[in-house]
Amino acid sequence: MTPEMKGFLLLSVIKMLLVFTVTMIGVALLTLMERKVSAWMQNRRGPNRVGWAGLLQPAADGLKNILKEETFPAQASRILFILAPAMSFVPALLLSAVIPFAAPLPVDFDFTLGPLGRFVHHGLMPMVVADLPIGFLFVLAISSLGVYGIALAGWASNSKYALLGGLRACAQMVSYEVAMGLSLIPVLLMSGSVSFSSIIAQQQTGLWYVAPLSISFFIFLVSGFAETNRLPFDLPEAESELIAGYHTEYSAMKFSFFFIAEYANVVTVSAMVTTLFFGGWDIPGGWDQQGGLLQTLATGAVFFLKVMFWIFVVMWIRWTLPRFRYDQLMALGWKVLMPIALAYIMVVCTTIYVIEHVMGITEPRRESLILFGVNIVLAFLIFGLLDSGIFIKGSIRTREPAVQRPGRAAA
Amino acid sequence: MAIGVKVLKRPDRSVSYVRATLKGMALTFKHMFEPKVTMQYPEEKSTGPDNGMGPWSISDRWRGTHRMLTDEQGRSKCVACGLCPQICPANCIKLVPGEDEQGNRYPLIYEIDEFRCVFCGYCQEVCPEEAIHVGVHFENSEYTRDRFVYDLERLQAQTHPVSTLWDPSDPRGE
Repeated sequence: MTPEMKGFLLLSVIKMLLVFTVTMIGVALLTLMERKVSAWMQNRRGPNRVGWAGLLQPAADGLKNILKEETFPAQASRILFILAPAMSFVPALLLSAVIPFAAPLPVDFDFTLGPLGRFVHHGLMPMVVADLPIGFLFVLAISSLGVYGIALAGWASNSKYALLGGLRACAQMVSYEVAMGLSLIPVLLMSGSVSFSSIIAQQQTGLWYVAPLSISFFIFLVSGFAETNRLPFDLPEAESELIAGYHTEYSAMKFSFFFIAEYANVVTVSAMVTTLFFGGWDIPGGWDQQGGLLQTLATGAVFFLKVMFWIFVVMWIRWTLPRFRYDQLMALGWKVLMPIALAYIMVVCTTIYVIEHVMGITEPRRESLILFGVNIVLAFLIFGLLDSGIFIKGSIRTREPAVQRPGRAAA
Repeated sequence: MAIGVKVLKRPDRSVSYVRATLKGMALTFKHMFEPKVTMQYPEEKSTGPDNGMGPWSISDRWRGTHRMLTDEQGRSKCVACGLCPQICPANCIKLVPGEDEQGNRYPLIYEIDEFRCVFCGYCQEVCPEEAIHVGVHFENSEYTRDRFVYDLERLQAQTHPVSTLWDPSDPRGE
């Protein structure tokens, strides 16, 4: 192993530990934040007994869950029942590895550490555990794996509620993955790359993609909510219909794993929205081009704030909207989001072609501004149509029942 | 169509979805900054009708755990007439009367099983000496079950306010 490889390995391990620790602690604190936000929105105070302002509540919950009894339903498939929480937990955590969380940091060292040999690193270190060239394709692929855990949990539990929850989760995730994938194609068209680093770099030179690709952002946000299985799309859990859905039969730490996975998915979706549409760690105004440790810290803080904002939005939506009915959920996915996403790809393609080859503009900022103009028109059109209720109807039945019962007509 | 199922005609057109969502989100956001209504229980308590707690004050007709009033010498006001065990519908009062040298009756044993008690307040209503009362009080936790049989000493030691009960001639408490 060359000294350069060792240096890379050392830095990667440090980044891994950092990202994993921050994610796990963050997820634990998110459970508290969720309860706090929900409480504030309902004029309550939320947990404030354990530790200062309730900050130790996640620790108390974790401790409780470790000490609780592990129950196994009769006739449950024991192996799959144990495997399922891990299978939804691991993909959720894997995703935090590919999202850049700060500007690259110049790191130079060259030292020898006893029998381990020489460690060398020169140049910029990207602030991401794995700067994958396949970028968001990896995220789409891995986030789809999460549904295996949920489906298996539903099947292995030997419970009707869990099975229904698992089936719903499958159908929902498959449906919304289509819209989600399609909504990211305009991003690919704009940036010409799927890697997160180059998408952020593109947004630094042009505008944040939320401006030229507003509709994509909207579709991605909605399907992101659906992918995390949270309200208003929490059909797989649906406590009023399915008790607790796919994790009805789970207790103790196995339940906690589903819980952690859900919040890790929330973090991932928020980080994806931030990275793809809100410039990632970018600070607008060119300030973030100066380099150095200060820049890395500042961009890291800005990234954190942006992600926190989107996490808050996810919670805000959850505590505002009621649950979709199942046919409405499917109708929204297949009849609204997917056609809009497909049409939007055509519009973006055409507009980019016209801008670059007919009008001859290649300067990214001007190109983005023109696209933004197109998007404002489109947004008004689409939201106008959505608002008038043409796409989603309150009821499926539009005609009167064919047979009138006798007596009713006379009255 | 099943019998008697009422199908509501919901509006298909001229309803708002996006605007309604935004309106709802504005509402929940506004609520985040409103004063919180939660009572911080162990620190803040409803102790009686006039404790300045606003909506959290409990009624002065509240019928909680009992209290035996005492006279100036610190003796129980009870004359062991036996009316309260007689009227008690739950049969939770145990009274053994005694008599001193002057011929005054007093309770040798006076025990109330608070687990059996249904807190009807009849004992207070029937008491001719206004000795036994139900109290405006709700914190009754104990570590063992037998601690819920209150003896005379315990009943006299209680200090919480006593219930005014409901007065038929003044039903609104005016």
